[in-house]
Formats: sequence, structure tokens, C-alpha cells
Amino acid sequence: MDSVVPAAPIYEGSEWDYDKLRLVFDACEVIARDELGLDTYPTQVEVITSEQMLDAYASVGLPLMYRHWSFGKRFAINETLYRKGLQGLAYEIVINSNPCLCYIMEENSMTMQTLVIAHAAFGHNHFFKNNYLFQQWTDASGILDYLAFARDYVLKCEEKYGVQKVERVLDAAHALMDQSVNRYARRPRLNFLEEQKREEDRRQHAEATYNDLWRTVPTPAAMKRLKAEDAAKVQTESAQKMGLPEENILYFLEKNAPQLASWERELCRIVRNIAQYYYPQKQTKVCNEGCATFVHYEIMNRLYEKGQITEGAMLEFLHSHTSVVAQPEYDDKRYSGINPYALGYAMMADIKRICLDPTDEDRDWFPAFAGNQDPYGTLRDAWANYRDESFILQFLSPALIRKFRLFEVRDDEAEPNMVVDAIHDEQGYRKIRAGLARSYDISRREPDIQVADVDMAGDRTLVLRHTVYNGIVLDEKSVKAVLRHVCALWSYNVRLIEVDAVTEATLKTHEMKAEK
Amino acid sequence: MNIVDRRPNPKGKSLGNRRRFIERARGEVKGAVLDALKKRKVTDTEGGEKISIPTGGIEEPTFRHSGSGGKREYVVPGNKQHITGDELQRPQGGAGGKGSEAADNGEGEDEFEFVLSRDEFLDLFFEDLELPDLVRKRLSETASPELSRAGITMSGNPANLNLVRTLRNSMARRISLNRPKWGEVDALKAEIADLEETGPEEALEAARAKLTAIERRIKAIPYFDPIDVRYNRFQRVPKPNIQAVMFCLMDVSGSMTEHMKQLAKRFFMLLHLFLTKRYEHVDIVFIRHTSTAQEVDEDTFFYSRETGGTVVSTALAEMQRIIKERYPLEAWNIYAAQASDGDNFGADSPRCIQLLNELLPSTQYFAYIEVSDNGVFASHRRTDQTDLWRSYAEAAPGHPNFAMRRVGDPAHIFPVFHDLFARNRAAVSAEVEA
Repeated sequence: MDSVVPAAPIYEGSEWDYDKLRLVFDACEVIARDELGLDTYPTQVEVITSEQMLDAYASVGLPLMYRHWSFGKRFAINETLYRKGLQGLAYEIVINSNPCLCYIMEENSMTMQTLVIAHAAFGHNHFFKNNYLFQQWTDASGILDYLAFARDYVLKCEEKYGVQKVERVLDAAHALMDQSVNRYARRPRLNFLEEQKREEDRRQHAEATYNDLWRTVPTPAAMKRLKAEDAAKVQTESAQKMGLPEENILYFLEKNAPQLASWERELCRIVRNIAQYYYPQKQTKVCNEGCATFVHYEIMNRLYEKGQITEGAMLEFLHSHTSVVAQPEYDDKRYSGINPYALGYAMMADIKRICLDPTDEDRDWFPAFAGNQDPYGTLRDAWANYRDESFILQFLSPALIRKFRLFEVRDDEAEPNMVVDAIHDEQGYRKIRAGLARSYDISRREPDIQVADVDMAGDRTLVLRHTVYNGIVLDEKSVKAVLRHVCALWSYNVRLIEVDAVTEATLKTHEMKAEK
Repeated sequence: MNIVDRRPNPKGKSLGNRRRFIERARGEVKGAVLDALKKRKVTDTEGGEKISIPTGGIEEPTFRHSGSGGKREYVVPGNKQHITGDELQRPQGGAGGKGSEAADNGEGEDEFEFVLSRDEFLDLFFEDLELPDLVRKRLSETASPELSRAGITMSGNPANLNLVRTLRNSMARRISLNRPKWGEVDALKAEIADLEETGPEEALEAARAKLTAIERRIKAIPYFDPIDVRYNRFQRVPKPNIQAVMFCLMDVSGSMTEHMKQLAKRFFMLLHLFLTKRYEHVDIVFIRHTSTAQEVDEDTFFYSRETGGTVVSTALAEMQRIIKERYPLEAWNIYAAQASDGDNFGADSPRCIQLLNELLPSTQYFAYIEVSDNGVFASHRRTDQTDLWRSYAEAAPGHPNFAMRRVGDPAHIFPVFHDLFARNRAAVSAEVEA
């Protein structure tokens, strides 16, 4: 009997304990490292209760966070949904840190714990360590220290200046988070000790080189006397000094807002650093979840093949895997956009198929890797070098478009009805692929708003510019609310102009007067 | 790999944030709580409450694209019958796209629903209520300090002598200084007596010398020394008056229907809940009356039937008697709530007023609610007043700690309660006078 079964199952039944976790982890590691070629940070598995999971939800998944009412609001929402049974909790949360933190819930069955370890401790972990966006924008070894610093700093500010004043700044900064990431320049790495020192240095530098510019800006009356070209010169000079145009709004406010205290500037900095930390995650939902889902599927299957998990465990896993990668169709009432797990997993499984067993169509579309017999190498390369947009643009195959029965709908204000632009046929593949990729382009999903100008010659009005693509303007109500926050930080009037990207025509102007 | 068990870590990390959130949305939450109260059973004070509030004050705005207009493209799965060039109706509401796209943009979050815990709920409910004169009473309470044990001291009143400590010190000192025991002296004396008769002279001399030495030593080392003595130390600590007694007076004569009793019951329970929140210990005394009054237990109070006339003053007299007997004013805060349908034996009114005038100065608060069967008293402007109402109205003006109200419907109870204990009672007394 023993000769038929290659190895005895590591565990049976649904109860888990630490020894089993360790054994399963080791078994997964063998497969991940030796067979899939994954390269991961060391892992720390932390067992938590469902209540702690709710806590973790509230602070956007981070283990440490400063205090803010909005996290309490999120907690209240999640708690209500959970208690009502409308929403289950995630089986795990994984933090992009070194060592990689995996939170697993005590309620999970042993099979779920195995799945979670395969998914998070290897899938996500590999992606975090190897994807270029994470390498470029985040520092896994520094994030926990930085969060601790942020939490303590906010706490200190609250003690010193009062919760209300701190909240005023944080509320405003939170509203601008999406527009406060550096998209191009490389961001210096975070390190707790350096960070502390630099905070100190920054303050001293600001004191030492106190910028007299603001005090000496000529008044309008004085400006009139100046020649027109001098006025223009003042304007360009100050614009240059402030580095305009600036895409990172909080960065601009932190450096240039005239009336912020230094601790308020530091708060802005903390918020934008956290926004920056999340920037890669926002752009790699499909890749990241696809990677983790593909990895757990491979690992679980191999464990089963080796006889390390039982048939019962395999069935339990398949049940949960299937519901994770389910993609409801557009007319289904469960439909809420494309499921990143489903799309990601399907694409990766598709890449594996193309590598191993391509059709003629695949050879035409993917000459670079079709039939190369190295699926994991190809996938590792994809995981390392792409984000959602480029990944879809590069790897979405006609076979998959047909499988998902994707079609593209055009909704043009100028036309009476919506029109089906492309379907899953020969003429439509490229269009659908490009369209889907575009919908994952973060610069299209989120409004492109930059600091365009400051009226240095006049009343210091801050001018924000929204570049409008395809005539999609901003939501009026939210603009008002956010501009109020910008005013709170800038302390003077703020104007937001919406300019068409192609024609350069100004479509809309929003004004917000500073409260005196 | 490391496995860390975080389960013993403190949970409720989000509680601080949650409190801030509720603080932030206080206005909205408060309104929702008061709404929820109307539907709530008073006996049901254990659970929390699910409330929903408008998102107004707690929204977190971000720049986002408007839900409609412009030129958009959507790639969606699950094509069934469409071919290129098909025209589709726009979904209703002008949200554009496939409906759910709009939700992706963050809209559709108009009402916000969450669950308040019991404590959060009650705190909000009691927030602007305050028992009258509570503060004043508290302040005056500090004038009656109590002695409490506060360790041991070297000096003190002989009455406070701590015998155990004193003896222990004395014994320790005697042992350490090697004080001869009385037994030794007796033995030596016996030996000397022996030697006097029989023994050699030298031995006798030696024994005598030894006895003298021992006796001198005993004299030098006293059994008790002033340094042994210890006294109990007492400290005067102001004792807060943390107990209250609540008198529930109810007319149980035939004219009180079940409905009216239930109304009264809810009022009593709410008052009790409030008092238990404010005081460490709350006693309840139930006094029911017809033409006679008696103290009863809770079940009898609410559920046993009784017939007879109505003489309110008997209940007041009974209350006065019980206060005198069991609840000294300096130790107890006294609250009274009386419920009645307003009937009273006509000639009893002067006596009622007189008793009330005697009682009121010693009570923290006296609330009278007049219950009715079907909400006819819902209007506070009823012209035909009951006997009891008229006579109480006469007594009321001189006493700010007396309030009266009419209740006809369960939904009225909370507002009434709220009114009665509202911080600003000026309005209430004004209405009573009118």
C-alpha cells in the first residue's frame, strides 16, 4: 500500500496546529523554490482572530497605523457587514515587508491555512520581492519602522497641538492622496533612523534658510508700477523655484504652502509616503492576485500529486479556489467589474498553456515564447517586469478573449445610444485587448490633476489643472469638497481648471475662496 | 519561517478610531439614536442598536471622474448575442456604462449603517440628560467624611492600640535582647531554696548572685517598651454618596388599565437604568396604593390586581415613613417617580399637597407622570385637568425638583423622560405653571 502512495499526507482532518503549519510550509517551500523557481522574502506567519482581522481591515491592512476617524468609519462598515453575514473576512492579509508578514485567521481549516500559505507566503511574497514597481517604489525592510515612526509622530502632534488640528491636516491630506504620488522620479528609500535624522535636518535647514520670498512678494499696487515684463519675470522665477508644474500635490503643498507649521508639513509628508507605498499595489491588482492564485493552484496540485494532502483537502481547496476565480457575466446581478483574481489567474494559466502546448494562433500572436517549454521562466519574467496595463497589453490572448466572451462598448455622450465597438472576433481582439489594458491604466482611472501655477504677482491663488481625456470631467460635488481641503492647507484661494487634453480648451473652472 | 501567535494581543485596536468616528458624526448619530429609541422596548436595554446616518459629515472626498458625460469605453465579459455595431440603450439614471461602473467611482454611498454597542448607545442617549442637583448633592457629600484604616503608626490614641503588632514587636525585642524568662527565675529560686537547706555555701552564693543578675536584667529589659507600641492609623476620607433609592409610586386601583401600567413601568425602568448608570448602588422601593398604601415587591407591584378607591396621600405617607426608617438623608439620594391616572379622592388633595411639600425638600427629584389609555393626553394642552394634576400643579411652582408630565403612548415616554431630566428645566417649569 505504501509503495502506491508516494508520501503520507502531512495532515488529515481540518484542525490545524503549529507543527502541521510548519510541515506544510516546508513542503510548500520545496515546491515553490525548487520546482517553480520562486524567490521570496523570509516569511513570518502570524495567527490572528477574526476581531483582529477586522482591526487590520480598518487600518487599510497595515499592522501599524496612526489614529484617524476614517479608520473607525471603515471599521464600523466592515464590522456591520461581517456581523450581518453579508461579507466574509479575507482568509489572510499579507504585508509587503521584509520579512513578509502573513496574517492568517484562527478560524481557517488546515486546508485553508495551506492554501493561504501557498497564496500569500509564496505567491504574493514572490511578487512583492521581484516586481519592478515594488522594487522601485517601496522599501520592504523599512516600511514597518516608518509606520511606527508615523504613528508616534501623529500621536505626539495630537498631544502637542490637539486632535482637531491634526485631523484638519490629515483629512485634507487624505483627500489628496491619489494625486500625491511621484509617478516618474525615483523616490529615496525609507529607513527609520535616516528618516528621523532627515526630519531633523529638514527642520534645521528650513530654519537656517528661511525663505523670505513670501514676505517680499510685491503687492498688487506695487506690481502695477513694475513693468509688465518684470511681472512676468517674477512669475516665471517663482514658478521655477517651486518646480511647477508639479504632479504630486501634497509634495507641493508640503514644500510651498505659505502658512503651514513644520509639523503640518511632516503630516503631509507621512500621508503622501503612505500613498506612495500603495501606488504599486494599485497598479498590479491583476498581476499580483493572478500570481498568487496561480502559485497556490500549482502548489496545491503538486502537494496532492505527491500525496502530501488528502483527496478531501483537495476538494475543499478546489471549492474555495473556484469561488475565488469566478467571473460573473456582465448581465449577472453579482457582476461588479472584472474580478482581478479571475482575469489574472486565467491569463497566467493561459501563458503556461501557450508555453507548453500552443496552437497556431498562439504562435502567430506570441512568437516570443509560444512553445518554449519554460512556463515558469516566462511567468517569472512577466511577474517581474509588468504592471496590469502592460501585462494585459502584452499577454492577453485571443483564446482567453473568446473564453471570457469579452466585448467592448462605447458610450459617447454625442451619440444617442451606446454602441458595441468590438467583440471577440478577428477584428476585435486587438481593440479589446487595448481597451481592457487602458481601463487598468491608473492615469486613466484616476483624474490627472497637477499644480499648474501660483499667482505670485497677485493674491497667491493656487491653480490646479485637470487634464481632461475624452471629455470626462470631474464630479462636481467631490471637487468642491476636495478644494475646501486644499484651501485649508494652502490658506489662500484655489482655482481648478479643467482643460481638454487635445484642444487645450478650458472646459470648466472651479473656484474656492479661502476662509478668513 | 516564523510562526507568531498574535491572538493574545489586545484586540479592539480600532476602538480609539471608532470612538473618534462616532465623535465626528455625533450630530447625525445622536439623531439616529433618538429615532431608534422610539421603536425600542425599554426592557431591552442590554443590546446595542443598529443605526443608519447620512454620509454628510463623514464623507471622505477625493477627486474623481463624474459618472456621466464624455466618451467612455467599457470592456465587459459574457457577450451573448451582440455583434459589432449593435446599439444598446443607456442604463437608467445616466450613470453610464454598465451600472456597476458608477459604483466603482465611489458613488452610491448615501446612507451609512453601523451598529452601536450598548454603552455607546446609552452614553449618547444620556448625554444631555443630567439628574438635577446631582452636582450640588455631590459637593455637599464631601462634607461628611468617613474614617478609613490607613496603616500603622507609632503614636496614637490608646483606644486604637494594635495589640498584635505591639506584642509581636515586644516579643522580638525580648528575644533579641535575650531577656531571661520567668521560668528561669522560678527555677533558680527553687534551687536556692534547696541549697539553703542542703547545699554547700559556695553553690548557694553563686546561685544567689545569678538570681540578682537575672533580676537586674529583667528589670533593665522591660516586657513592653514604648518602642514596641503600635497604633492603628485612621484617615479621614471624604465618602462620596454613591447610593440612591428610587421610590416607585403607583395607583393600582381599578381605573388603571394594563396599558397604563405598562406605560408607567417603562418610565420606572428607564429611570432605574439611568440611576444605575450614575450610582454604584440603587435601591428600589415599590409602593402601590388604592385607598391604602403598602410596600410590595416588583411582581406584585405591576401584576397583581387590586380594587378600591384612590387616596394618593397614603402612598406619600408610606414613602415618608420608609425614608425615615431606612434611608437617612445623609447617606442616600432619594428619587421618586409617581404614576397615576390622575384620579384622587377629592378631599385628599390638601393632604397630598402638604405631604408633598414635606417630601420635596428631601428628595433629589420627584417626577409625576400621568398616564392615559389611548393617548388623549398626547396633547399637553388638555383643558380638563384631573384632580391630582390640579393639586400637584399648585404645589409645583415652589419646587424646582418637582416635575409633572402626561404620557399616553409608549413613543411619548422617551421624549417625556428626556424633558424631565433635561439640563435646562426652565422650560419645563414654565409649562407647568401655564
